Amino acid sequence: MLELKHIRKVYNPGTVTEMCLFDDFNLTVKDGEFVSIVGSNGSGKTSMLNIICGSIPIEGGQVLIGGKDISKMKDYQRYRTIGRVYQNPSMGTCPNLTMLENMSLADNKGKYFGLGFGVNKARENYYKEQLSILGLGLEDKMHVKLGALSGGQRQAASLIMSTLTPIEFLILDEHTAALDPKTAEIIMELTHKVVAEKNLTAMMVTHNLRYAVDYGTRLIMMDKGGIVMDKADQEKTETKIEDILDVFTSISIECGN
Amino acid sequence: MNAMLELCVSTLTQGFIYALLSYGVYITYKILDFPDLTVDGSFPLGAAITGVLLVQGVNPFLTLLAALLIGAVAGFVTGFIHVKLGVRDLLAGIITMTALFSINLQIAGSNLAIERSIDTIFTSGPVMLLMGNASLIYRKFVVALVIAVGVKLILDWYLKTKSGLLLRAVGDNATLVTTLAKDKGNVKLLGLVIANALVALSGAIVCQEQRAFSSTMGTGQVVFGLAAVIIGTTLFRKMSFMKATTAVLIGSVFYKACIQVAISLGLPANLLKLATAVLFLVILVLGNKQKGGEEHA
Repeated sequence: MLELKHIRKVYNPGTVTEMCLFDDFNLTVKDGEFVSIVGSNGSGKTSMLNIICGSIPIEGGQVLIGGKDISKMKDYQRYRTIGRVYQNPSMGTCPNLTMLENMSLADNKGKYFGLGFGVNKARENYYKEQLSILGLGLEDKMHVKLGALSGGQRQAASLIMSTLTPIEFLILDEHTAALDPKTAEIIMELTHKVVAEKNLTAMMVTHNLRYAVDYGTRLIMMDKGGIVMDKADQEKTETKIEDILDVFTSISIECGN
Repeated sequence: MNAMLELCVSTLTQGFIYALLSYGVYITYKILDFPDLTVDGSFPLGAAITGVLLVQGVNPFLTLLAALLIGAVAGFVTGFIHVKLGVRDLLAGIITMTALFSINLQIAGSNLAIERSIDTIFTSGPVMLLMGNASLIYRKFVVALVIAVGVKLILDWYLKTKSGLLLRAVGDNATLVTTLAKDKGNVKLLGLVIANALVALSGAIVCQEQRAFSSTMGTGQVVFGLAAVIIGTTLFRKMSFMKATTAVLIGSVFYKACIQVAISLGLPANLLKLATAVLFLVILVLGNKQKGGEEHA
């Protein structure tokens, strides 16, 4: 279970551009939930993910995973139990390393990076098997450098890499936003498959309202650092794209857009 | 003709010895994407320590070990300043480099000359046992070649280990290293430690080869290393079968040869660094042209 308690986040504190995004922000995500998060730009979606992962500091409050306070932990320490796929496909892989090397790195997450051989040939078949889930033919590109692959292929590889080792949380930060509609569709379908197969707790930020409605077990809409809509399970299943679009539009009108 | 041959042999020897420095620069500049100016200080540091120890009668091979260790410390200091104290990479290197100038003089006392009576790695131990009959210039050549190739093979092996893979990843995509639950700062630190250990080793061997240490011998070494790395990796970019370390080794020999040609053509010694810098600029510009001029080195 993930809990955000009384989170306070101020950007540029003490300057003229000071902006308080979160003031007493609270959220609880239960194990096994797949939360889709929507909201306009600047509503705090990505900031929230960054706070969970420790990428940005907070001015107050607590982040708890399984009841344990991780607020004081460094970002890299938190990633022992968190996997993350970024919006930018090049963030999740190493362009100058081959697919095999990238997979080997991901496979060694949480373990010691010592003087043992970096690439484990015995695991190659397992990597191929994992990549073949994607159905993109990446299993035949084991010796190709990732920089030579397309954004969609790299993002697919990132998804597999981030979930290769046992993790508790999967963080998806607009991970389909930089892809063309068809590839985005494939990646989204894969995400669904991976999350279900590995029984992961996932949080996905997206600007695609249809994805938010079609995928996941819970839907959250954020605005100005607060949660304005939160529907789970049965209630979420019954939610239609028009329903969230209406709320979305009314928020935007309030803002004068 | 004989003089010509000897000039060629000694140029190759120089290229091999400086290849160690170039490997170090390859690690920081190419793998870590870290412009490390510590090199100009850690190179003479290795020379200073080996010089002083030789004079005190320490086994010449052991002095190389000492140079490796003290170079590692220099790399650690730069890494610490950058990673833990948050100083920009270029400045961190400049700070260490500047401090090392005084430290090197402190270690060596002043410029050193090592007398003929003192044995170096080229005149003692297994080298004399195996090649006692060969003339000094050929012994130097073989020793330098063995060390340059040996270190290259060790480096090749290391870069394939898990630790080496992580090192390559941190320069390529530091964010990924963080999501692998590893502190990217520590990985960078490790890279700087290895790189400067190699640079100091290079300085130590130069000191033994020339039988001298001078406080200014570090000036321009980082430029030499960069030039060797860029020549090597640019010239052999198309040959994907060739390891980057091999390319750097050849780049180092090639660059030494270029400078040797310039000297042979009558370039005054005072203009040597100017020639080094201009040549480096030419290589950079040509390298960029080849890439289509999109990237800035």
